[in-house]
Amino acid sequence: MIPASEFKWILPEIILTGWALVLLLIGGFSKGALSSRISGILCLVGSFSALFCTLNLWGVNIDIFNKLYTIDDYGTFLKVVFLIVLTLVTIISFRYTEREGIASGEYYSLLMFGVLGMMVMVSSHHFITIFIGLEVMSLSIYILCGLLRNNVKSVEASLKYFLLGAFATAFLLYGIALIYGSTGILDLVELKRYLLTKQPFAVTMFLAGIGLLIVGFGFKIASVPFHMWTPDVYQGAPTSITAYMATGVKAAAFGALVRVFYTALLPFICGWSTILWVIAVLTMCIGNITALVQRDVKRLLAYSSIAHAGYILVAFITGDREFTSSILFYLLVYTFMNIGAFTVVIMLGRNGEENTDIDSYAGLGVRRPFIALCMSIFLLSLAGIPPLAGFAGKFYVISAAVKSQYYWLAVIAVLNSVVAAYYYLRIITNMYFKEPIRELGVIDDAPQYGFVMLVCVWALFHMGIFPRMFILLAQQATRIFL
Amino acid sequence: MLPDIPQNLYYLLGAVLFTIGAVGVITRRNAIIVFMCIELMLNAVNLTFIASGNFLNSLDGVIFVFFIMAVAAAEAAVGLAIFVLIFRLKGTINVDDIHLLKG
Repeated sequence: MIPASEFKWILPEIILTGWALVLLLIGGFSKGALSSRISGILCLVGSFSALFCTLNLWGVNIDIFNKLYTIDDYGTFLKVVFLIVLTLVTIISFRYTEREGIASGEYYSLLMFGVLGMMVMVSSHHFITIFIGLEVMSLSIYILCGLLRNNVKSVEASLKYFLLGAFATAFLLYGIALIYGSTGILDLVELKRYLLTKQPFAVTMFLAGIGLLIVGFGFKIASVPFHMWTPDVYQGAPTSITAYMATGVKAAAFGALVRVFYTALLPFICGWSTILWVIAVLTMCIGNITALVQRDVKRLLAYSSIAHAGYILVAFITGDREFTSSILFYLLVYTFMNIGAFTVVIMLGRNGEENTDIDSYAGLGVRRPFIALCMSIFLLSLAGIPPLAGFAGKFYVISAAVKSQYYWLAVIAVLNSVVAAYYYLRIITNMYFKEPIRELGVIDDAPQYGFVMLVCVWALFHMGIFPRMFILLAQQATRIFL
Repeated sequence: MLPDIPQNLYYLLGAVLFTIGAVGVITRRNAIIVFMCIELMLNAVNLTFIASGNFLNSLDGVIFVFFIMAVAAAEAAVGLAIFVLIFRLKGTINVDDIHLLKG
């Protein structure tokens, strides 16, 4: 029997579901600018109340619903990240949905369902729940990518993401099936207990299962060689959704990956850390080198997000549970710098014409100094320049590798961030040292964008100069793995 | 009385079906057939789950299959809607012709 009192622990999820359904109803009954604004504000209220409830769960570590769902600090930390993503993306969507004519009821409710899936995905010790969360998230995002129904690029991105995402899901599921077939266990904690005492009765099958899990998760976190979809989907999707995918989906996939591998499969670390070593190096190198030749800012940011997945993998493969906190910290930092950068991309675009090629940024420093300054801060943070938070994130990740004696990996990561600095700085030089190449027309100027940019800038400086508090929170969150 | 089919053959059948599905996804060009191949892969997973659940005397695998079937149905609904959209805009669902986004 499940006591009804257990439902109080999933209050944030219940709130999100409820609000999402209400928004869907509003979207069904009324169209137009007014209902769009109302949906946006309701979505904001919903995400704030969910954020408030989630913050109250900090410090609670409990298994509920017959161990199918878990509330712990690790999950709560990531949930806060997702809700921050939801809040910021909602704010930038106010104008963006109006400008692009996106039907807004569905838009906001799918954003909320996506975050719901992410939250379910990272707060469970059971493969079934992880899978359900993953699918709720993915299905919402397949639709969100294609919401610009008359834009061929957007629908194409949706199709590509759908086919490859479903393909990856099949791999993930087969991995789970093989692990289940060779141990008979679907619960991560029980699986760990089992593996610490004895070998699975079909070791080959079990190892194949781990390999397939890596493939499945590799697609979601966009690691090489499973990254092909990323630039196309990021470029084609509506820009606000790109920001949402680049931050939320990545954080969720990493959250589930860390939980699965650090809880259940840690006894097999020798098996998977070598494979992931290669994947991490490839992801960093190919992501950064391909980004060098991109002319489109959205594609460039897509490749940079691939490279960042590589940096996070560097901390991940150390397998040292003390350093898991650097992954969480990096994900938090990455959220702010990416959403900030995509906000600027949205501002430069107009209905039907996105102006995402790098020439559009020429001369921005003279024409719009404030926007150019913010964009420079986001790009410098992505490049990892102190005192911005990107530097602190990279510092902790690379020091994790050094402390675990993965010296070569650390060297490759540092060299890669030098390469990365080139393409980030290229946009900055374009903004400040070049004459405008062509007339851009009016820049979509709304106070909401300014607000989001200021929040991101503030967060980047704050976490860059005083990272200690956030690191301590992340360490408390990852204590469950010790 | 038929002889029992050994456990490994179930797993083998699952692996073969999964491989056929995966090869199909890579080689076929029609989006709907690609999607059918993905469904084939999911069914291979289902087969593996049911077979292992049966041999291990555990219900977890069978329950998982229900979830997979439900999610596959939802996925089909979303996927076919996307195919309709792309067909409306481009008049084809051949994945080779869908290449506006290339680096």
